[in-house]
Amino acid sequence: MTVVIGFEGSANKIGVGIVRDGEVLSNPRRTYVTPPGQGFLPSETARHHRAVILTVLQEALDEAAITPADIDCVAYTKGPGMGAPLVTVALVARTVAQLWGKPLLGVNHCIGHIEMGRLITHASDPTVLYVSGGNTQVIAYSERRYRIFGETIDIAVGNCLDRFARVLKISNDPSPGYNIEQMAKKGTQYIELPYAVKGMDVSFSGILSYVEEAAHKMLDSGNCTAEDLCFSLQETLFSMLVEITERAMAHCGSQEVLIVGGVGCNLRLQEMMDAMCKERGAKLFATDERFCIDNGAMIAQAGWEMFRSGHVTKMPDSWITQRYRTDEVEVTWRD
Amino acid sequence: MASDRSDSAAPLLAGCALWKQGAEARIYRGKFLGRAAVVKHRFPKRYRHPQLDEKLTRRRTVQEARAALRCRKAGISVPVVYFVDYTTHCIFMEDLVGSITVRDHIVTTQQSGDNPESLGGLADEMGRILAKMHDEDVIHGDLTTSNMLLRNGSEGPGADLVLIDFGLSYTSALPEDKGVDMYVLEKAFLSTHPNTESLFQQLLNSYTAASKKAPAVIKKLDEVRLRGRKRSMVG
Repeated sequence: MTVVIGFEGSANKIGVGIVRDGEVLSNPRRTYVTPPGQGFLPSETARHHRAVILTVLQEALDEAAITPADIDCVAYTKGPGMGAPLVTVALVARTVAQLWGKPLLGVNHCIGHIEMGRLITHASDPTVLYVSGGNTQVIAYSERRYRIFGETIDIAVGNCLDRFARVLKISNDPSPGYNIEQMAKKGTQYIELPYAVKGMDVSFSGILSYVEEAAHKMLDSGNCTAEDLCFSLQETLFSMLVEITERAMAHCGSQEVLIVGGVGCNLRLQEMMDAMCKERGAKLFATDERFCIDNGAMIAQAGWEMFRSGHVTKMPDSWITQRYRTDEVEVTWRD
Repeated sequence: MASDRSDSAAPLLAGCALWKQGAEARIYRGKFLGRAAVVKHRFPKRYRHPQLDEKLTRRRTVQEARAALRCRKAGISVPVVYFVDYTTHCIFMEDLVGSITVRDHIVTTQQSGDNPESLGGLADEMGRILAKMHDEDVIHGDLTTSNMLLRNGSEGPGADLVLIDFGLSYTSALPEDKGVDMYVLEKAFLSTHPNTESLFQQLLNSYTAASKKAPAVIKKLDEVRLRGRKRSMVG
């Protein structure tokens, strides 16, 4: 029996989760929400995390009915992500690991998402679309690495959506993406926006600049509503994502798709991906907001896999990094 | 499954058999005016908004036909385009009977543990044909080992390579665009065929030897490599 506790706080969500042999015992989380029109900055985000992390940790232990003695390993997000929040969380992880006398394990955030996706959906060897505010990658496992087949060459799709929300001062509660999704449902007019797929890669900064510039003009002229813009933006962005996923599937000969990351909660994206899958005779796997959105249990789950295959992070190596490629990790726990 | 044809293309595709489904299109085999032909049908993607779908599908059909013609005029091996139907977005082209993708060839060679030197000849040829294409200022836009074919029986030295899938292509003389084109290939190459770094380097060496404009392109490729997201900029 192996019990792992995972600490995650690379962006504006702070979560602590406990996993025991494939069972999620607890997974509490808090989100730092900024006023409409504003994004979250590293120092303020770190401040938010510092204020709540110990409460969330206690909740995780209480909900799981676990004491520190029961824990086998303390996993934390090594990266990628925002510097100050990562440091805050790593500090707590290092401290409790030493307090409790448990080994430490630095986990790649992207791999956390993948491993939780695999656990929850039981997808065997899917093409993974990892989409969030900080990352947009198409990943497939091959020979001990999660290889990146396609990615964004500039900003992440979630970042594009979040920044668009700021332009229209859409509420960030519970998340800008969620509110854009609700507004998009009421949109009726399709507005043509730039579409940029480059082979297996995508580019979002062009479409973002375009809408940032044109949104107010279009709304003021009365030619379209904010809902129409939300709808059109989603249709365009998600088409790009479905396209690069399909390319990777065709190249790898894959019949399964797994969507992970915060943007993966979006039901329209899931719907579009499912339509593409059905046309190819492939199957879509997706999780709900408990596991799509950054959470502690996903770090615990990846940590569980890594720990059982012999990984451990020594204290001097327990630094964090803002840049950490998914393919840098040797996936020793899979064939 | 994927064998239903979009209604409007059905008359055009009568007598053709579905062969495979790529990322963008369904490929059928049949005859065109008595010649063995392949029909690439960019069928409507139902997940996309119809306006967006029509715009993209049309643009890519046009680009593919244009780039193929341009390459052909420059003596670069691409399938001959027989006929393009712009309503149904079907391209009728030469069927390279018995050809295999470079991807499949590399995979089987690696799996069988065969003499990897035959792949060296292939890498040289790939470098040469890409140099020729870039010298024509054609940017492929989607270079992968699935988009290169080996003509029947021509594995080994003197490999007869054919480039396909020009849907994302465009014209550009900029070393930046050519560098990115090679970067796309490098990423696709190394993620699909692990442990082939030296083979890809051989490809680049051959590319450099075959084109006077290559040094600027390779320089850009080096820069683009460093741009990978979340990549540690140390060392």
